[in-house]
Amino acid sequence: MRQTFVDTTTALLDADPRTALVLADISASAFAPAAVRHPDRVLNVGIREQLMLGVAGGLALTGLRPFVHSYAPFVVDRAYEQIKLDLGHQGVGAVLVSVGASYDGSQMGRTHMSPGDVALFDTLGGWTVHVPGHPDEVPALLRAAATHDDPVYVRLTTAQNAHPHAGDGGLRVLRQGRSDAPLVIAVGPLLDATLGAVEGLDVTVAYTHTPRPFDVAGLRALAAGDVVLVEPYLAGTSSAVVAAALTDRPHRLLSLGVGHADLHRYGTPADHDRWHGLDAAGLRRSISGFLR
Amino acid sequence: MSVMTATDSAPTLGPLLRRLTGDEKHGPSAHSTLDVLWVLYDRVLRVTPDRVDDPERDRFLLSKGHGPAAYYAVLAAKGFIPADWLDDLAGPASRLGHHPDRLLVPGVEIGSGSLGHGLGLGVGTALGLRAQGLTDQRVYVLLGDAELDEGSNHEAIAYAGATGLRSLTAIVVDNHSASHGWPGGIASRFTVNGWSATTVDGRDHDALEAALTGHDSHRPHVVVAVVAPKDDYVSGARSADGAGDADQVGA
Repeated sequence: MRQTFVDTTTALLDADPRTALVLADISASAFAPAAVRHPDRVLNVGIREQLMLGVAGGLALTGLRPFVHSYAPFVVDRAYEQIKLDLGHQGVGAVLVSVGASYDGSQMGRTHMSPGDVALFDTLGGWTVHVPGHPDEVPALLRAAATHDDPVYVRLTTAQNAHPHAGDGGLRVLRQGRSDAPLVIAVGPLLDATLGAVEGLDVTVAYTHTPRPFDVAGLRALAAGDVVLVEPYLAGTSSAVVAAALTDRPHRLLSLGVGHADLHRYGTPADHDRWHGLDAAGLRRSISGFLR
Repeated sequence: MSVMTATDSAPTLGPLLRRLTGDEKHGPSAHSTLDVLWVLYDRVLRVTPDRVDDPERDRFLLSKGHGPAAYYAVLAAKGFIPADWLDDLAGPASRLGHHPDRLLVPGVEIGSGSLGHGLGLGVGTALGLRAQGLTDQRVYVLLGDAELDEGSNHEAIAYAGATGLRSLTAIVVDNHSASHGWPGGIASRFTVNGWSATTVDGRDHDALEAALTGHDSHRPHVVVAVVAPKDDYVSGARSADGAGDADQVGA
């Protein structure tokens, strides 16, 4: 996904003089050719994430469309107040593109993990959040984000599903259960594990790469009673959205995702999936326990 | 030198300030930023009320958003906002609060209040103008000496200096309010990073004008405007500005 981001953003910089890119060393070498061609619009501020977001706010104030990129914990967690004030409070937007996700960098430890990024955007409101599950879903999301001025977060990851599922971000049914079957919603790269987990169960599985704004209309059309959320970031991030959408009808909700605890463990992303119950076996346990 | 005179064309500022504060005792000298703001808007900035959306205007970013009474008074004196807005500071229907909001006040380039945000926004604004070929426009950012405590400023100072961001001018109003001071001087924090610097009496209008237009063509510029220490009039500034968070008054 990262290479897809580099290729697509480089093309946008070539094609659209409104597009700018602000970096804090991460991925700077990948954008070196673009920086040579567009030295005034490809800006590497060094390892200065507060400045990276401040510069993005200033660029946006002059009418440019800044893309801002780093590891998720650095572009979101570390620069949270700049996101809140240098973009949101000034009434301008940007396209924030992260890599690393919840624990792609598990072998680097907790400092490089950001399971709480999407929840942080929920504290601000107004952000579109894309969590693509396949590299081929990425270009269209980036190109669309370049055409307007609203705030957009694109959460890239090394995890991916076997096949892309493009679309406008609305809930897309990939496995149809009976008419009153429980609804399982898989976000981004957890789709394949989710499909594996529910094999043989009578459930409907719907996919989205765009949890914000959440497809509330699609949810209401599909939810018959029991709802399961499977999200690749902090467990419960979308619980409030789903609960608010279904206040007028009886339902049960199970929210699966990354746990809150700092595990103080390295290992691979697959290890962390297992520890957080987000591999197919763990999801199967949680979902069948909930539906029993 | 520390008093507004008729030749400054600013005889109306005192009454405008009193509309904000209801305070007859404290004159313009209670406001550390007043002289800098007046010189900027009266002599330096190429911006007028009919040009607040003109891409080719100069930009002034008040980073130190605390105690903006002087800012509002100058904006009113120059016609950016109606003077009667000054009569309801921070009221429920007021567009003017204890920290300015760019979405509420014509001519205000950034909303500020939390310290350490303006210089980064100013760097980005200067870069954005440059990228669009607007190389004659200048970006001025006003900070306080205590505001420099925030590390984000030093990210911006280092980067702007290293890249020779020549359209940027920082103004540090130094009322000696930084808790731990700046041994070696404020200007040195900038010059060591490649900025040009001028330190002037923050009440001397001619000296301010010369300093604010004293940049060269290949590096950013800082003007350190020295005024009386905060403690000399902090009680006046606090009541005049009505600021609730005493921790950052005069920062």
